[in-house]
Amino acid sequence: MRDPLNKTIVDIKPSGIRKFFDIVSEMKDAISLGVGEPDFDTPWHIREEGIYSLEKGRTYYTSNAGLKELRVEICNYLKRRFNLSYDWKSESLITIGGSEAIDMGLRVMLDPGDEVLLPQPSYVSYEPCIIMAGGKPVIIELKGEVEFKLTRQQILDACTEKTKVIILPFPNNPTGSVMSRAELADIVDVIIEKDLFVISDEIYSELTYGEKHTSIAEFPGMKERTIVINGFSKSYAMTGWRLGYAVGPANIIAQMTKLHQFAIMCAPTTSQYAAVEAVKNGDSDVEMMTEAYDQRRRFLIHELREMGLPTFEARGAFYVFPCIKGTGMTSEEFATKLLEEEKVAVVPGTAFGDSGEGYLRISYAYSIDKIKIALERIARFVKKYQK
Amino acid sequence: MNELKEKILRTLAKDGRAAAAELAIMLGSTEQEVSVAIAEMEADKIICGYPTLIDWDKLSNEKVTALIEVKVTPQRGQGFDKIAERIYKFDAVESVYLMSGGFDLTVIIRGKSMREVASFVSEKLAPMEAILSTATHFVLKKYKDQGIVMQVDEEDSRIPVSP
Repeated sequence: MRDPLNKTIVDIKPSGIRKFFDIVSEMKDAISLGVGEPDFDTPWHIREEGIYSLEKGRTYYTSNAGLKELRVEICNYLKRRFNLSYDWKSESLITIGGSEAIDMGLRVMLDPGDEVLLPQPSYVSYEPCIIMAGGKPVIIELKGEVEFKLTRQQILDACTEKTKVIILPFPNNPTGSVMSRAELADIVDVIIEKDLFVISDEIYSELTYGEKHTSIAEFPGMKERTIVINGFSKSYAMTGWRLGYAVGPANIIAQMTKLHQFAIMCAPTTSQYAAVEAVKNGDSDVEMMTEAYDQRRRFLIHELREMGLPTFEARGAFYVFPCIKGTGMTSEEFATKLLEEEKVAVVPGTAFGDSGEGYLRISYAYSIDKIKIALERIARFVKKYQK
Repeated sequence: MNELKEKILRTLAKDGRAAAAELAIMLGSTEQEVSVAIAEMEADKIICGYPTLIDWDKLSNEKVTALIEVKVTPQRGQGFDKIAERIYKFDAVESVYLMSGGFDLTVIIRGKSMREVASFVSEKLAPMEAILSTATHFVLKKYKDQGIVMQVDEEDSRIPVSP
């Protein structure tokens, strides 16, 4: 029999997180600080709209690009919150989570051999998606010394004549790093000069602590070369609803919509109705959740520093990224041992790229009480191994 | 009121046990500043106390809670305040609110038994001169109080590690 499988797909290595997940799942009494989703339930008024839509029998497909009402509200929201202007009809697409938008965006832009600049550590799906779209990932290793921010020099150094797209994963999972308005301003002209297109994954845009999030699409000359990806999972605690969106230049969105039409048909209808409520009336939920995250964030950073782990002031998402090089262990050794000895699960930085070596991703999407218990155990562990 | 005080209040409203040192870390302030702010708010009676929210129904010694609608005649020069004071001074009275609408005061009382509550109403409350009528409603089950759902916490249903 012939090999039934596609070689490109087979060659993609599975997510480093998967392996870890399997170990943790076996351990009943482990405390996990390893999740990448909010601990809040979706606010009830949003869930209720979803239920109501089912009661009314809204159980059919929507148009391919998504409900008009939702797309209009999203465009209003982007204007209100981030000063971005998009035409709902030609420049927006509702997707199955931000993930689908990443995949579609790459697939419609890349020809075989096109290079994509990919800053790492970053979310696990960019690299496989680039490869599956026929592109070539060119990794930019973000550095702990500059709080894992992307610099113009790094872009210049990584560019070749084949470079077409750059992924901008800020606020960042796993580091919690953000790019301020000034830092973005510093890379805009390089992007334009090199004629790059940007996939700006802004799924954590509502979760910043300090300066409000700026979208790179807001800068002059950037809107026409940027796909902004966002969604409902993180800001409104709606991960399981699987709903995201992309906004961008009409010609790109049109092609993404075509792909989406053939591969997906449309995003889940119930989720879309619930999302209308979220984006219209969810601002106060976001505010409440952000305040809670911010308190845990400060607490966690303070305690990690107290126990001697250098931890930079992460100002976005719900992760901190302490450095564990002082223990002499690799990220994976540290995380595995911590799990075995103290039953606390964190994710090794290397799950998000080689440049995450020496760091851990700790999520604070947990109650403060749970965080406290986990921190006590981590402190005991660090004390034992810190050199 | 300054921003720090508002943040402290929002946090204490959820967890009255939070210590000043911990609040300072979580709010990006100093222990000194937080302690002073709390002391000021206590003095101003913005913070009026730190009771614990208890679900008495989970204990075996049953108690009853009643909500009593009270209609009163406001008194010249003193409005409702005087009569409200006469009511809230009883230890059995947990809360007294002045209401708009069909009646004037909501009185919430807790007693050992329905009989105890009934005798309070008939012997103490109803005979007061200014009181025109009372309607007593017994609480059968508390689902949620002060923003907190009174049931056993559900387990974290998220998968333990995710990207």
